[in-house]
Amino acid sequence: MSSRLLVFLIPFAVIAIFWVMARSEKKLAHDPTHKSFFERNGMVLGITFIMLVAFWSLFLVVLPYLYMVVESFHPKLPPMQRGGPDDHLTLEQYKSFFFEPMDGSLNTTHMGAFVFTIFTSVVVTAFNFAICYPLAYYMAQAGSLQKVRLIMLALIVPYWVNEILRAFSLRLLLASKGLINQALLGLGLTEKPIDFLALDVGLYVGLSYAYLLVMIFPLYNAIESLDKNQIEAARDLGAPWWKIHRDVVIPYAKPGIASGCTMVFMLAAGSLAAPQFLGGPSTLWFTSIVYDFFFQAFNWPRGAAYAFILLAACIAFVMLMLRLFKVSLGETIK
Amino acid sequence: MSAGVELDHVTVRFGQFTAVDDATLDIKGGEFFSFLGPSGCGKTTILRTVSGFLDPSAGKVRIGGQDMGGIGPNKRPTALIFQNLALFPLMTVADNITYGLRVRGMSKAERMKKAGELLDLIALPGQGDKLVSELSGGQKQRVAIARALAVQPKVLLLDEPLSALDLKLRQHMRTELRAIQQQVGITFIYITHDQGEALTMSDRIAVMSDGVIQQVSDGKNVYDHPDTPFVASFVGENNPFAGKVVSADGDYAAVETPHGVLRGRNDKKLKAGDRAILFVRPESFRLGGGASDATLASETISSAFEGNATHVFLKGATKKDITVTVARHGGHKIPVQGETAAIHYEPAMGVVLPEGKMARE
Amino acid sequence: MSSKTVMSAMIGFYIAIFFLYLFGPLAVMSVTAFNTPNYPTAYPFEGFTLDWFVKLWNHRAMMEGLRNSIIIGLGVVAVSVPVGLAAAIIMSQIYHRARGTFYLVTVSPVLTPGVIIGISTVIFWKDMMGMTDVTKAWFYKGVILSILGQSSFVAAYALLIIMARLQRFDRAQEEAALDLGASHPQVFWHILLPFLKPALISASVIAFLSSFENYNTTTFAILADKTLVTVLAGEVRQGTTPVLSALAVIIIGMSLLGAIIYEVMKRREEAQAERNKENAKIAERSDLGEAGAAGLK
Repeated sequence: MSSRLLVFLIPFAVIAIFWVMARSEKKLAHDPTHKSFFERNGMVLGITFIMLVAFWSLFLVVLPYLYMVVESFHPKLPPMQRGGPDDHLTLEQYKSFFFEPMDGSLNTTHMGAFVFTIFTSVVVTAFNFAICYPLAYYMAQAGSLQKVRLIMLALIVPYWVNEILRAFSLRLLLASKGLINQALLGLGLTEKPIDFLALDVGLYVGLSYAYLLVMIFPLYNAIESLDKNQIEAARDLGAPWWKIHRDVVIPYAKPGIASGCTMVFMLAAGSLAAPQFLGGPSTLWFTSIVYDFFFQAFNWPRGAAYAFILLAACIAFVMLMLRLFKVSLGETIK
Repeated sequence: MSAGVELDHVTVRFGQFTAVDDATLDIKGGEFFSFLGPSGCGKTTILRTVSGFLDPSAGKVRIGGQDMGGIGPNKRPTALIFQNLALFPLMTVADNITYGLRVRGMSKAERMKKAGELLDLIALPGQGDKLVSELSGGQKQRVAIARALAVQPKVLLLDEPLSALDLKLRQHMRTELRAIQQQVGITFIYITHDQGEALTMSDRIAVMSDGVIQQVSDGKNVYDHPDTPFVASFVGENNPFAGKVVSADGDYAAVETPHGVLRGRNDKKLKAGDRAILFVRPESFRLGGGASDATLASETISSAFEGNATHVFLKGATKKDITVTVARHGGHKIPVQGETAAIHYEPAMGVVLPEGKMARE
Repeated sequence: MSSKTVMSAMIGFYIAIFFLYLFGPLAVMSVTAFNTPNYPTAYPFEGFTLDWFVKLWNHRAMMEGLRNSIIIGLGVVAVSVPVGLAAAIIMSQIYHRARGTFYLVTVSPVLTPGVIIGISTVIFWKDMMGMTDVTKAWFYKGVILSILGQSSFVAAYALLIIMARLQRFDRAQEEAALDLGASHPQVFWHILLPFLKPALISASVIAFLSSFENYNTTTFAILADKTLVTVLAGEVRQGTTPVLSALAVIIIGMSLLGAIIYEVMKRREEAQAERNKENAKIAERSDLGEAGAAGLK
C-alpha cells in the first residue's frame, strides 16, 4: 500500500530536509562561530543522532498519533473487510459520543462519565496542590540540605512500588472489611461499615496518592530558585506569612505550579489503575470506557475516537488554564 | 621547532558586527608576541581565528608559510591555553597532560613516560595521579601549559591565562611563562588586557582597539612612540591636550591648546592647521616653569602621596585632570590645594598625534 | 512558647501526617504479607507466616510477567537513553528558532495519557506489520510493542535529564580537546560522554523503573503477553491474596536497599570532593610560599 511506502520514505525526506536546512543556515548566517551540525559531531555520529531522533519523533510519536486519529474516522469492520468497499471515512464514532448509535437518544452515560472524569481530575489536582505546596516550600526554603535529601528519598521510595500495588494497599485500608472500617467499628463510631469505595473516596484518595510526586517536584524546583532574601525582605517589612506566599512565593513559582498542575491533571484524567481498582461499582471513568471498547467490545475505531476526544479535551482544558493564569507552555515543561 | 604566523588582511564579521577589521601582521617564528587591548577589541577573535575555531570572513591566516584555510583546529600546529584553562575535570593530571598524545595514538606506557618528563618540567613531579580538583590555581596553570606543550606545537596561543590568579602569583607566572618560552623556543601569541603583562613578557606587542590593530612594535616603542591617540592613552598614563597645530618645524610641532601653545615631537609630520592632540606623560612633567612653549600653569586640586612618588592633580581644561608624577628626590615643594602651580616638560617628551579616539574617554 | 516553636511544631506535625499518608498504606500492606489468613488483613494478627513468599515464588504467571517486565525494561533503556541523548545534543546545538516546536513534539508524550500512547502504538504497528508476513512473525509481539510504546515517553524523560546536565557543559572543554588534535567523534567519546555519565545513569535508572511499573500504556501494548504489572492487575481484579502483599514487601525492601546504597555512595562522593578541596587549599598555600623561589627547573 502506498501510504506505507510513504511512511518509510518520510525519514529519508526528513534527513534530506535537515541537511538542506543545515547547509542554508550555514550560508545565511555569516557567523563564523557557527559550525554546522555535521562539522561539530562528525558525519557518522551526526547521522546516528538524526536517525535516532527521527525514529523517535516519527515512529514513536507523530505517526502513531496520526494513525490513531485516522482509525477513529473509520467504521467498525471485521479485519477481512478493512480496505474493502465498506471502508470509508466517517464521523459516526464521534457522533456516537453524543448520541446513542442504537436509538439516537443523547448518550448521557458517556458524556456524564466524561464530565465526571474532568471534574474529578480538577478536584484531585487542586487537592494535591494544597497538600504538596507546604512540603515543597519547606524543602525549598527552610530545610537543611541533609534533611531535604532525606525527604526526597522518602518521597521517591514509595513510588518504586507500582501503582497497582499502591491501589491494592489503599484497598486494604478502605474496603468495607478494611482497617479503617475495623477501627471505626471497634471505636463504635459507626454501626455499619462505610463503603468508601462506592462513595468514590477510594478513587479520590487513589488518584491523589498516585500523583503526589508529580506535583511536588515541579513546585520544589520552582520555589528552590527563589532568592531567600526576598522572603526575608518581605518578612522584615512586616508582611504576615500568608501575604508573603500570596504576593512573593506563588507569583514567582507560577511556572512550577502550572507545570505540576498540568501534569497531575493530564495524568489523572488519563489514569486507568485507580479508577479500575478503587472506583465504586457504579463509577464510570472515561479511560475505562476506552479500555472496554478495545478489550470487550473490540470496537477499535470507537475506542480511538474516544481516546482522541479525551486527548483534545485535556489539551484544550490545559491551554485554557495556562491562558487564564498567563503562563506560556514553554515555561511549563521544564 | 617554531613557525611564524602571518595574518593577511584578515577580517572577521559576526553578522553586522566587525570584530576584526583588515588585520595584517607578520609574527616571526620563536617570537613572544602579545595582543593588548581592552575587552571587546577583537584580540580573542584573532586568537580563535589563528587556532582555527573561527574562519575569517576575508583574508588568510598562514602558519609557517602554509595557508590554514579549511584546516580545522585539530589539524593545525597550534595549541591554545584557554582563559578558564579548560582542563578535563574527570581525568587525572597525567591523562590531562597526555590527552593530545592519546588522540595521536601513542601507547599508554609511552604516554606515562612522557607525562613524567612534562611533570618534571612544570615542577609537579610525581603528581600525575592527582585529580585536577586537587590542584591549586598556579598548579592548574602549569598543567594547562604542559598539556599544550605535550603535542609539540609550533605556536602556543594563550588567552589571558593569568587572569584567574591572584596578583602575587600572576607576577610570578609572568617570569615563569617567559622562561618556558625561552626554553622551548616556539612562538607564543599572548592575549591580554593587562599592559604590565604585555610589556614585561613580549618581544613585540600589537595594540588593538575596536577590531583595528593600532600599532605593532616592541614595548618601549609603544610606550615612547605611540602611533595613535588610543595607544598613547591606553598604554600607561598620559595627559592629552587637544588643539590645532600652529606651526611645524622639522621634528617638532606647536599645538594651540586651552593651556597655551605647547610643543612636542611631530613624529606624524602634521602640518599647521591640523587638529591634533599633544600627549605628555605624568612622569615627564617637572614642577616649576621652563621654556615658554613647554610650560603650563593651573590650580592644584589635590595630591596623593605614594611613597616613592607623589601624584599632583591640576585642574585641566576638560573634565580630566592633569596628572603630574613627582619623583621623590628631595628639594621639591608639593603645591597645596588651591595653589596655582607651574609645570614644564622637555618638548622631546611630548608627542603630537593627529586627533582620534582615545581609550576610556 | 514563642510563635517560632509553635510554627516548627506545626511543620513537623504536617510532615509527619504527610509521610503517614505516603507510607501508611504500604506499611499496612507489608503487615498483611506475614499474617496467616488467606485474604490480606493486618488486624487481627493471627499468626506469623512466610508462606505467601513461597506461594509468590511458585506463582508461574507472575514469574513469567516478571521476566517480561525485565526484558521490556532493559529494552526501553536501550532505546530511550540513546534517543534522549541524541535529542538533547541536537537540541543544544542547532536551530534555535525551531527549538520550541521540536521541544513540543518530543515532550508531548509526557503529557499524553498513557492509555492513548498504548492505543496509538498498537494501531500503528498493527498496520505496519500488515505489510508482510515476515515482519509479522517477530515484530507484532507484546514485548516489542511495549518497548516501543513506553520508549515514546520514557525517551522524553531521558531527554529532560540529559539536557539538564548538557546545559552545564563547558564548550571550552570540547574546544580544548579539538585543539589538542582530537577528532569530533573522539571529543564525543572522551569528553562529552564521560561528562554526561551521571545523567546517563540516572536516565537509565528512571527509564527502567518507569518501564517496570508502567500500566496504562503496557496494558494495551502488551497484547496477549503479560508483564508483572498486568498480571498484578488481573490478580487484583479477581480478588486479593496476601501473595500480592508479599511481592510488595520485596519491592519495598529492594527500594529501601537502593535508597541506602544511593545515600552511602553520595556521602562517599561528597567526602572525596571535600578531601580534594582540602588538598587544593594546601597546594595553594605552599604555592604562595614558594612563589618567586620555585617554578621551573
